[in-house]
Amino acid sequence: MDVAVHRTKVRIVEGVLDANDTIARANRGDFDRAGVTVVNLMSAPGAGKTSLLESMLADLGVRVGVLEGDVQGSVDADRIAGHHVPVTQINTDPGFGGECHLDANMVRSALPSVPLEAIELLVIENVGNLVCPAEFRVGEDYRVMVSAVTEGEDKPLKYPLMFRTADLVLVNKIDLLPHLTFDLDRFLYHLEAVNPRVERIFVSARTGEGVEDWCDWLRRAATRVRVRA
Amino acid sequence: MHELSLADAVVAIARDHARGRRVTSVEVKVGALRQVVPDALVFAFELVAAGTNVEGAELEIEHVPARVRCARCDLESDVKAFPLACDRCRGLDVEITGGDELLVESIELDEEPLTVASSRR
Repeated sequence: MDVAVHRTKVRIVEGVLDANDTIARANRGDFDRAGVTVVNLMSAPGAGKTSLLESMLADLGVRVGVLEGDVQGSVDADRIAGHHVPVTQINTDPGFGGECHLDANMVRSALPSVPLEAIELLVIENVGNLVCPAEFRVGEDYRVMVSAVTEGEDKPLKYPLMFRTADLVLVNKIDLLPHLTFDLDRFLYHLEAVNPRVERIFVSARTGEGVEDWCDWLRRAATRVRVRA
Repeated sequence: MHELSLADAVVAIARDHARGRRVTSVEVKVGALRQVVPDALVFAFELVAAGTNVEGAELEIEHVPARVRCARCDLESDVKAFPLACDRCRGLDVEITGGDELLVESIELDEEPLTVASSRR
C-alpha cells in the first residue's frame, strides 16, 4: 500500500498586526464614545516623557488622565499621581519577560481602571524605546515623540519609523544646548528627510521654555472635532 | 525584542488557517519600511513554533521595496533610502504605495496522508 502525502498551499494575505489593529479600533471606539482624545507619547528611555507630562499638568486647563507603560515598577505613575491626575500603571513584565512596548491588548486590559467619562484627554506614556512602540497602534488619535538634544542629530535616520509616524516631535532639553556639540540644523535636516513638515516644538521640561506651546498643542488636540469614518 | 511578538502573531495566523494540519512552510511579506530583522524573525518563529503543528516549517520572507506615488507628477517609483522622494521630480509630497507590508501571504500544509489504491481483490 502506497501512502502519498498531499501538500496544499493556502493563500492567506493577513496582516501580522491585524489582531492588534482590531483591538486598537475597539479601544478607539471606546475613546470616541467617551469623547476622549488620546495621545501616544513615545521616546527613547530618559528623553523626558514623564518630565514633559509633569510640566504641562498644572496649567493645561483640560481634564487629563494618564496611562503609564513600563516594564516594571510604578515610579512614573507615582510621579504623576503627585499631581492629582487619574493615572493607571501598566507593567509589561508579565508578557514574554518584559515586553518592550505597549500593544492594543495591554491598553485595553487597563481601560476598566481609566475614568474615561471624567477626562477629555488621555496621555498614554509608552515604554521608553525608539523601535517597537512605533509598530503597535493602541487606538490613539495622535502620536507624539520626544527626542532630546542629548541623543544626537542622527536619530531620525536611525529610527525612521518612529520619527515618520509622529504627528509632533518635542525637541527636549534645549537648555543643555550650550554644553553640547549637537547640530540642531542637521537634526532638523534629517527630520525633514523622514517626516517632511512634521510639527515640532523646542522645549525644556526643566526650565519651562516651550512648555506653553506644548500645552497649546494639547489644548487644540483635545478640542479638535474628530471626523468619524 | 519585538520580532517575538510578530512571530507569535505569524504562528497564530498559520495555526488558525491550518486547523490542526501540519504546516511545512509560511510565506511572509515584509516591507522595507518595517523594522524587522529577518534573522531575528526566523529565530523567533522557530521558538514560537516549537511544540505546535507549525514546528519545523520554513519561514520564507519576501522583501517588498518601498514604493511611492508622487502627488505632483503622478509617477510611481521605488525608493531605496530616505527621504521618500519621487524618482523624477524629487518631490516629497508622496503617498506610500509599497513597503509598509507585514503580511502572512500563504502557508503550505500537509493534508491527511492519502492511501493510494492497491490492487486488492
